This record gives sequence, structure tokens and C-alpha cells, in this order.
Amino acid sequence: MAERMQFEYNVDGGNFTRAGFASSEIKKILKKLNVDIGIVKRTVVATYEGEVNIVAHAYSGTIYVDIDTERIRINLKDEGPGIPDIDQAMEEGYSTASSQVREMGFGAGMGLPNMKKNADEMHITSEVDKGTEVEIVMFLNNKE
Amino acid sequence: MKVKEIARLLDARIVCGQERADYSIDVAFASDLMSDVLTLKNDNVLLITGLANMQTIRTAEMSDIQCVVFARNKRVTPEMIDLAEDNDLVVLECRYSVFKTCGLLYEAGVEPIF
Ligand SMILES: Nc1ncnc2c1ncn2[C@@H]1O[C@H](COP(=O)(O)OP(=O)(O)OP(=O)(O)O)[C@@H](O)[C@H]1O
Ligand SMILES: [Mg+2]
Repeated sequence: MAERMQFEYNVDGGNFTRAGFASSEIKKILKKLNVDIGIVKRTVVATYEGEVNIVAHAYSGTIYVDIDTERIRINLKDEGPGIPDIDQAMEEGYSTASSQVREMGFGAGMGLPNMKKNADEMHITSEVDKGTEVEIVMFLNNKE
Repeated sequence: MKVKEIARLLDARIVCGQERADYSIDVAFASDLMSDVLTLKNDNVLLITGLANMQTIRTAEMSDIQCVVFARNKRVTPEMIDLAEDNDLVVLECRYSVFKTCGLLYEAGVEPIF
């Protein structure tokens, strides 16, 4: 296996038919690399929550994946309305999702808290009217 | 309980993964809210839902759920079946309501998560 691998995927805002495509590709890669199945699940669930957030709340985005022997780093960066109050957005149940998003089975305000639960580390930065960046880090060697 | 026994109990049609209907399910969860499904930590979960769209199948994929029951005659599209097939899911279409589906499974000994 190469020491370090990097990939990126584009995500279209509003396109719910394709939402999950990137997370699915990432899952296949992690399984091929024989990453521990528990880590794969946590990584993929967190990434999918982030991918759905780009589709649901932003205009377009890119998911950057960076894997080395120590950790998986996934950066979800979008152009969109941004998040005015990150602490509020992190609260369970807080959601501004549209009715279209709710019809797709999302919009319960559980995505960001669930990302945090699944990730070993999570960092969010956001600028209103510009976009949001969420980074999750998963450690491959030290099990909790 | 084996998936094929579940299909028989629910008088459900296996629309995808017939050849995989031999494996067993421990626990079940019913929800139309994918946000909620994504918070589950269990393995080997049966999902019962009335929400039939691509994201239902995607959510099952990401959560390592191997079997989904669509209740109340919800139609599974060919696109959903393709994606389900890619992920080795078993998909059942059932005419009973979510309530009745859950009742029958509970009575038959399938365990709840919470
Ligand atoms: N990428 C983003 N761009 C802009 N706003 C966002 C973004 N991600 C999250 N938000 C804001 O934070 C809120 C909470 O996000 P969270 O993922 O927790 O819930 P949700 O997406 O509304 O519902 P769920 O994730 O349960 O389907 C969103 O409703 C939205 O207002
Ligand atoms: Mg969300």
C-alpha cells in the first residue's frame, strides 16, 4: 500500500439522487485498504452526514480525502450560505432544513452531532454567505 | 430470524437479493427518518420504513444494514434495486403498514434496539 493516498469528489447542492455517491466510493476504498470495519463505519457515517449537509444546505462542494498509515482525514468544503452560529448548529434537534430535505428523510438536526460522535476529531469553520468547511479525523492505530 | 422467514411472515416479496435471504437478523428498527437510522451502532439490523427513495438505500449502505422492508406497498424503483444489488442488500416489499409489520416481527421474537 502507498504511504499516502489522496482523493477528491465533487458534490452538487440540491442533487439528492446522487447524494452519498462520494461516501460510497470512500467506503469501497477503505474496505479495500482493510481498515478496521468499526472505523470504516464511523468514517463513512460521518462523511455521509457531511455529504448530505452539502446537498441539503449548500450550493456545491468538494470532499477531500487524505489517508496515510496513521489516520484518515476528510475535509468537506462547500460554497453556500454558511452557518451563522456553529454552537447552535451543533445542538441536537436544531435544523433549518427545507420541506424538500425533510421529505428525503433528513432534517432532524442530528447530522452534525452524529458526525462529532463518530469522528475522533472534528473541526468546523464557516463564513456566512461564503461557505462551510468541516474536517473529520479518524485515527487508525490507537483504539479507544 | 432468517430473512426468508421474515418474508414469509410478512407475506412480503423479495425484490432484491433472493439468493442472500438465508442469513439471520437479530434486531429491527422502524423509521422514516434517515437521520435517526444513521445514529444506530448495532450490526445486523433490519430496517422497516415507509420512505422509499435513493437515500433510504444509501443510508442502509452507510450503516451496514443488510435488509430493508418497505411497508405499505411503497414502490422500489429499478434505480434503487441497482444500488441495493451493488451493496448486497436484501429488499422486501410488503403491503402491511409499518405498525402491523413491526407487530408481527415483535411477536415472532425479533428484538428492538432501544
Ligand atoms: N454545509 C452546511 N452549510 C450551511 N449550513 C449548514 C451546513 N451543515 C449544516 N448546516 C446548518 O446546521 C443545521 C444543523 O445541521 P445538522 O446536520 O445537524 O442537521 P440537519 O442537516 O438539519 O438535519 P439531519 O442532519 O438530521 O438530517 C442545518 O439545519 C443547517 O442550518
Ligand atoms: Mg445534516
